[in-house]
Amino acid sequence: MAKIVLNTIINGENREFLADERDSLLEALRERLGLMGAKEGCNNGNCGACAVIMDGRLVNSCCVMAAEIEGAELNTIEGLADADSLHPLQEAFLENAALQCGICTPGFLMASKALLDENPDPSEEEIRWWLAGNLCRCTGYDKIIRAVQDSAQRINSSS
Amino acid sequence: MVATEKNRDTYKVIGTRPVRPDGTDKVTGRAAYAADTQMTNLLHAQVLRSPHAHAIIKSIDASKALALPGVKAVITAADLPDTDSDSTQKLLDNVIASNKALYHGHAVAAVAAIDVHIAEDALDLIQVEYEILTPVTDVREAMLSDAPILHPDLRTSLQATNVDTATDIETNIALHLRQERGDVEGAFENSDVIIEREFETSWFHQGYIEPHSATAFWSHDGQITIWNSSQGPFVQRDSIARLLNLTAQDITVIPQEIGGGFGGKISVYLEPIAAVLSKVTAQPVRLTMTREAVFQATGPTSATYNRIKLGAMHDGTIVAAQAYLAFAAGAFPGSPINPGVSCAFGPYYFENQLIDGFDVVTNSPKSAAYRAPGAPASEYAVESTINELAERLEMDPMELRIKNATSEGKPNSAGAPFPRIGAKEVMDAVKNHPHYNSELQGDDVGRGVALGFWHNAGLESGSSATINSDGSVSLSVGSVDIGGTRASLAMQLAETLALTYEQIKPHVADTDSVPFTHVTGGSRTTFAGGWVAYELGIELREKMRQRAADIWDVDIEEVEYTDDAIVKVNSDEEKTFTFSDLAKKMATTGGQISATVSINKTSQGPAYAGHIVDIEVDKDTGKVTILRYTAIQDVGTAIHPSYVEGQIHGGVAQGLGMALTEEYYYDDDGHLVNSSFLDYRMPTALDLPMIDTELVEVPNPGHPYGVRGVGEVPIVPPMPAIQQAITDATGLHIYQMPVSPRVLLEELLESKNLSSNGHGTGEGRL
Ligand code: FES
Ligand code: FES
Repeated sequence: MAKIVLNTIINGENREFLADERDSLLEALRERLGLMGAKEGCNNGNCGACAVIMDGRLVNSCCVMAAEIEGAELNTIEGLADADSLHPLQEAFLENAALQCGICTPGFLMASKALLDENPDPSEEEIRWWLAGNLCRCTGYDKIIRAVQDSAQRINSSS
Repeated sequence: MVATEKNRDTYKVIGTRPVRPDGTDKVTGRAAYAADTQMTNLLHAQVLRSPHAHAIIKSIDASKALALPGVKAVITAADLPDTDSDSTQKLLDNVIASNKALYHGHAVAAVAAIDVHIAEDALDLIQVEYEILTPVTDVREAMLSDAPILHPDLRTSLQATNVDTATDIETNIALHLRQERGDVEGAFENSDVIIEREFETSWFHQGYIEPHSATAFWSHDGQITIWNSSQGPFVQRDSIARLLNLTAQDITVIPQEIGGGFGGKISVYLEPIAAVLSKVTAQPVRLTMTREAVFQATGPTSATYNRIKLGAMHDGTIVAAQAYLAFAAGAFPGSPINPGVSCAFGPYYFENQLIDGFDVVTNSPKSAAYRAPGAPASEYAVESTINELAERLEMDPMELRIKNATSEGKPNSAGAPFPRIGAKEVMDAVKNHPHYNSELQGDDVGRGVALGFWHNAGLESGSSATINSDGSVSLSVGSVDIGGTRASLAMQLAETLALTYEQIKPHVADTDSVPFTHVTGGSRTTFAGGWVAYELGIELREKMRQRAADIWDVDIEEVEYTDDAIVKVNSDEEKTFTFSDLAKKMATTGGQISATVSINKTSQGPAYAGHIVDIEVDKDTGKVTILRYTAIQDVGTAIHPSYVEGQIHGGVAQGLGMALTEEYYYDDDGHLVNSSFLDYRMPTALDLPMIDTELVEVPNPGHPYGVRGVGEVPIVPPMPAIQQAITDATGLHIYQMPVSPRVLLEELLESKNLSSNGHGTGEGRL
């Protein structure tokens, strides 16, 4: 099996690593780099559990080939918190009980971050629309939507 | 019963909303789920699955796969142990087919390789010769005398008297079960109004976002370790032992964080395969299902056919009730027909009732437990018939229900009297709710209401707790934590010990570390695990008192443990320890204090729910939009109200999926053609509104803190509530679930045609 060398910036750090040419970005992150935060729910773009931010854009990493990330900048769940504090989205998800089993949570957090980066004050409808590509089977979304609203407020009031 | 003699007004921890102990790991991506398992020398496995729904496996040739560089092993059913037990053989056959593939996606062989892509390639090189047989996937077709037979040795077992079902002929009906009370026939004859309706529900999958995954290592010393995604590590350990012909003590199951289960992660699918591959290769093997395999080969809940007949007097008293329930079990017997039968009339007391239930095998995956197994289908049929009866009697549907409600002391389905239950409280709360009494405005809008009942489960649980020198308490529990039970159990221990939530450090243990604990399921974990936490707390309090008595050289009877966790002698102010001070002294005064408790309680409290929904129907597309949803539920005591609300939200969302969009599509050859999240259409954030909850708290007298299970019952009312709302919006009675846009649009078009031809609407089609 042919291997390829890839150079990327992941969560602000230069990474050079070897991947299989058939690897998806999700497989490369998990199996080659040991970054297990992005989850596989479907492997075909339907659930959003594998969401990461690539060059500022939200992508389902199972639908990106590893080879495509050469030279790209990636943000994954592992880089969302600072060394000394959680991201306001993470705080809000915890305090609003926005997770049950937690398998969808990394994907929802990355998708929500991409949303708030683009639209710092989204309406409920906008949040529902933006997050419609992420499936959660446990929460019925109610507390997730509230957590995103809450963290938007936290971010806006602190800035 | 409550030795702490607290009443609910004095709870300090129960009823608060702290952040769960596992939360930070789950929002930072650090939480380790089964598919994240990494270890040295790890092999990756894949499973080859049958492309046919019903076929004899004539031969399997793996030589080409084995020749592929990087492939370390290929196994088939021949590599699993033989057994004399028919039931064990059926379980083994579901894990990997021995001579017949019984559903599309049935496992037939498995590969272990050094890389997952190599394992995938190897699957294509395994040659299997099949003789294709005719499949049957529909429950009623499978019951016909000329249906294709799945298991030639299967005979109908009877749990019924006065029935003459022939028992020595080939059949797909595995079980006929009957429950009877009073004289149904006579009561129908005396009824003023009789209504009879028939209903169908599709297969519904639990739809957990995390596919099944297991890593196994079979050591040279014979010890097997499994790291997996499991709702019941102990139950699975025992069944893996049975399938591999070993003892339970040969196996340790270390449950990882679990990405949803809803009942679907109790049966074992991958573990014996990964274990045998590990034995053959002497390396650890990780096996994760594809999403397609999850849909094809793990258990959805049964597709069903149900017929309900009710006889009532003009005043609304239902005097006779009859149900015929046929549940598709999938490839092996074991549908949830028992709870389907026992829950069907759960919210009510009818003097005369008769229920027949059938467990029927079909060429589809073996059905598995799914949130209140069996109850959504049977109660959907009953609730919908009751709503139609209310229409016929021109009665308010809640008034009709209240008139027939069951209550404390009335017999449950097994004939035993109900303890204190909240059926009536829930019905009143629905009837008085502002939502129910609001005016619904707009065109093509409708409202529906329905109730739900579920038994909840008790069963065995065990945990241990150790007081640490800093005054914290480590709590090791046997229950895996799907939705916040580390928190709800820690809270009950904190309450009992009069400590803070933060002082308790809960931890999910493996099968060698705590006593046997049954599955996280049956809405039992906060109930049964809470009982254990309470008893642990009582025991630790006693031990702390004894330790202080020893230190002070006084009789234990003189030592008090206060509601502020102070250990003291009342008559002597000098003799006072805070919990932490005494904890610090443990090492030098006899060693650390700990306790282990295991229980098996049967005092779980049944759960009742009542839901109200408003919808809007798009008459051009058949799409239903949920405008407003209210879920009312007797939750006993809400230990952590946010997590209780979360359980209700999740149950409602799954129930709405059943009602509107989720279903299994089989083609004529028995192929499942929608095994992806795109085509098995679960609700997204855009499909749902906020879900309002109202928690009614009727404490369960069979629990020290009044806990009833809460997780399951909220999945029950959505189907009938939606059915009624659609009737209200369109005038159509639709008797199948889901009412997908396709179904609704067809009905809408048909009724339009009929009415333009002067034939009225679709009413009375049964
Ligand atoms: S795993 Fe990538 S979208 Fe589901
Ligand atoms: S919390 Fe379980 S899938 Fe979202």
